[in-house]
Amino acid sequence: MAATSNNSIKKILTVAFALCIVCSVIVSTAAVALRPMQQLNQELDRKTNILNVANLYEPGMDVEAAFGGITPRVVDLRTGEYSDQHDPATFDGFEARRDPAASRTLSGERDPAGLSRVENFATVYLVGDPDQPEQIILPIRGQGLWGLMRGFLSVEGDGNTIVGITYYEHSETPGLGAEVNNPRWQAQWEGKRVFDEEGSLTPAIRVAKGSGSGEHEVDGLSGATLTANGVTNMLQFWLSPEGFGEYLAKFRAGVDQGDAEQADVELEAEGA
Amino acid sequence: MADTTPKGVMTTPLFKNNPIALQVLGICSALAVTTSMSVSLVMTLAVIFVCAFSNLFVSLIRNHIPSSIRIIVQMTIIASLVIVVDQILKAFAYEMSKQLSVFVGLIITNCIIMGRAEGFAMQNSPGLSFLDGVGNGLGYGVILMIVGFFRELFGSGSVFGFTVLQPVQDGGWYVPNGLLLLPPSAFFIIGLTIWAIRSLNPEQVEDNEFKMKHNTEPKEAV
Repeated sequence: MAATSNNSIKKILTVAFALCIVCSVIVSTAAVALRPMQQLNQELDRKTNILNVANLYEPGMDVEAAFGGITPRVVDLRTGEYSDQHDPATFDGFEARRDPAASRTLSGERDPAGLSRVENFATVYLVGDPDQPEQIILPIRGQGLWGLMRGFLSVEGDGNTIVGITYYEHSETPGLGAEVNNPRWQAQWEGKRVFDEEGSLTPAIRVAKGSGSGEHEVDGLSGATLTANGVTNMLQFWLSPEGFGEYLAKFRAGVDQGDAEQADVELEAEGA
Repeated sequence: MADTTPKGVMTTPLFKNNPIALQVLGICSALAVTTSMSVSLVMTLAVIFVCAFSNLFVSLIRNHIPSSIRIIVQMTIIASLVIVVDQILKAFAYEMSKQLSVFVGLIITNCIIMGRAEGFAMQNSPGLSFLDGVGNGLGYGVILMIVGFFRELFGSGSVFGFTVLQPVQDGGWYVPNGLLLLPPSAFFIIGLTIWAIRSLNPEQVEDNEFKMKHNTEPKEAV
């Protein structure tokens, strides 16, 4: 009888084992063979997102060519200085976060974004002249409701005014938390300011519940309070001295100096 | 139902025995991916591929599948095919795979595919099973495209991404209906489609399970 012999323990184990082997070979072949193309797509997607957050992206444009106007630099997060230790084209801060020699642990209050480890070096992207950038694009990441959210924040050359924010990797609820990528919500960020008073290193920007009035507040996402909190927390972290705070402070100081010089010139002009 | 000619298994699932409209299977993804027609089309192609090949492979080894583990054997085959489809989409249609997100993975749990593997491929020859998979995938796709057409046309004013009704946001006259971008609207459209199909094929109308009785006798007020 075919039916009974099919149901013998030996047959069951043989079929199960053979099926698993065949299926795993097929699946892993597909995964390995297609990986280079997938990585190429992800790279292109990352560049598109960088252009997007800088408001430079238009559908159908040549992403590689447009990316030519953007200079990646590696920043030492501890000092806020540029570093030549790593090649900006290949350095991946996200990978480095696991390397004990190139990262540090965070805990408690110092870790609002729930990262537990943060790398010592990160890649920033400068739009325009690298010495006096029009925009500074910073990689940000942190825990949302369901998992890690990764994205970019773009601030103007003054190190304070926000140009845009975008997320390229997240697992938030479609229709609720995933609305972080809704262009209408993202448009609210433009012109908001990160820090409230001169010299303060604590970022004031946050996603507010209810009204999003004021220059440091963005209207929250209805039904996605925890995602919005995640966004606030990751900005609190990455814009604080633990993250890019030291680095941005240089740009803010530069602006103040620039203003002061400007004022001197005006005074002199008046005196003359 | 008993029509097992190659032509029969391909065409009956389209309207006569549609997996969504008559069997009411695979509704979840029909609600989720039908906001635009191009996404619906890619989802349809993915389901046709998975359904056809899972039927083929299940049918090929149907005489060797022990009945005690047949469901898990079918699931393993379906899951492997879905992963392959997901990988292919990520490599060749990255934008699309981002829009479909988890719903490609959820093809694994689509009852249509499992139902055809268990209900048809386990008893029929590989060639016929393959065609049955294609037919049921097409039947699923027909409903998806109908729902996608209405949702995209009235929700975004476009068809396959080409603007038909110029929306107000872009300086036109059409005010898009936001409800149609939300999953519940697909329920209404699927319901109306089922009504239309059953009006054309009255034999699909099910008998009432019970009859409602008047619970009060009309009486004059005292």
